[in-house]
Amino acid sequence: MDFSFLDQLWVARIPLLKGLGVSLSISLLSIVVGTVLGVFVGLALTYGVRPLQWLVRGYTDFIRGTPVLVLVLASYYVLSTVGIDLGPFQAGILALAVFCSSHVGELVRGALQSIPKGQTEAAKAIGLTFPQTFAYVLGPQALRQALPAWVNTAAEMVKASTLLSIIGVAELLLRTQEVISRTFMSLEFYFFAGFLYFVINYGIERFGRYVERKTAVPS
Amino acid sequence: MTYTLNFSAVWRSFDLLLQGLALSLGLAALAILAGCAIGLITAFGLVSKSTLLRKPAGLYVTVIRNTPILVLVLFSYFALPELGVRLGKIESFVLTLAIYAGAYLAEVFRGGLLAVPPGQREAGLAIGLTELQIRTSIIIPLMLRNVLPSLGSTLISLFKDTSLAAAIAVPELTFEARKINVETFRVVETWIVASCLYVATCSLLAALMRAVERRLAVPR
Repeated sequence: MDFSFLDQLWVARIPLLKGLGVSLSISLLSIVVGTVLGVFVGLALTYGVRPLQWLVRGYTDFIRGTPVLVLVLASYYVLSTVGIDLGPFQAGILALAVFCSSHVGELVRGALQSIPKGQTEAAKAIGLTFPQTFAYVLGPQALRQALPAWVNTAAEMVKASTLLSIIGVAELLLRTQEVISRTFMSLEFYFFAGFLYFVINYGIERFGRYVERKTAVPS
Repeated sequence: MTYTLNFSAVWRSFDLLLQGLALSLGLAALAILAGCAIGLITAFGLVSKSTLLRKPAGLYVTVIRNTPILVLVLFSYFALPELGVRLGKIESFVLTLAIYAGAYLAEVFRGGLLAVPPGQREAGLAIGLTELQIRTSIIIPLMLRNVLPSLGSTLISLFKDTSLAAAIAVPELTFEARKINVETFRVVETWIVASCLYVATCSLLAALMRAVERRLAVPR
């Protein structure tokens, strides 16, 4: 590696920064939408009436059994074929949000089910309604359980955002590929992109550990 | 929404999809085998008392786990030749997937190793086994039984990750599905069939792993 890489990096700084911005917005949007959806999925899995539970179980199992790349490709090509015209960006976000919702759904269900029955019984005994029980007793405990795993999911989403390059969203990886096709410096620029992703995800991982420590039940 | 489903074009190319599926399974199987070897060595590094072993093992796990796998796949196929390492598509993908699996399995195995009670090692020492014998005939078997569920879910997620090989044109399931798409324009049908194949295989793998777990369960 010589200094020409730094020169080329400087030349390519604007597209790469834009790509990074797009990657971050993809991750953020899909995490937010996926989490909101996922909380409903988790609630339906835990408290839903039987038919609803089966329906939502089928949804999560199907999504979890399909590779994210297939979800992304299917969302992009299928939606436009049946006449719903979403750009690659929107279709990609949709696919990632659906993927995220199945993961969040399972971890919300796991967190809610891990709360001992006695907690609900105690809440009933002091006369709380179900919404109150949920808001004051179950919700906060489930949040503590689910938060560390949720941070992991966030890192997972940043990594999955690279898949949108395949349907032509100009995020960091696609921008990197464009720069490589101009400069032929594949080693340097893939390394650089990998490094950027590493820094972001490592930051999230450290944050997750911090959250885990902060929310741990004092013993 | 005036799309009418017509699967006949997809059924005509169904054997292509099955070939793709077989290749996907093969890629995942190779990667999990090689990944187990890498993961096992790394896990012993992670629990080692020597910093000289612990630090590099930790670095490998942290770097690989925090890098998107698509970047790793593209890096090993397009950038490694610049360093003089020339691999075919399939070889380069299996290598990448194995290195990726190794990082995840190292963490799994580390947990499993720590869960083996120290008494087992002491018992081995007491009957005069060497350190290597203790590891291969006592600790590793016990550890494997502990981590079987995580091993199963890693295998399933590796199977799903084989779809990324489509990005470097390895003819696995996703790649074949895209090809059929382009040739027949039956987009909706192809993706329905392809995802059903993935889901069915994942459920099958999960059932298989549960059966293995039941067979190897510690008798109580």
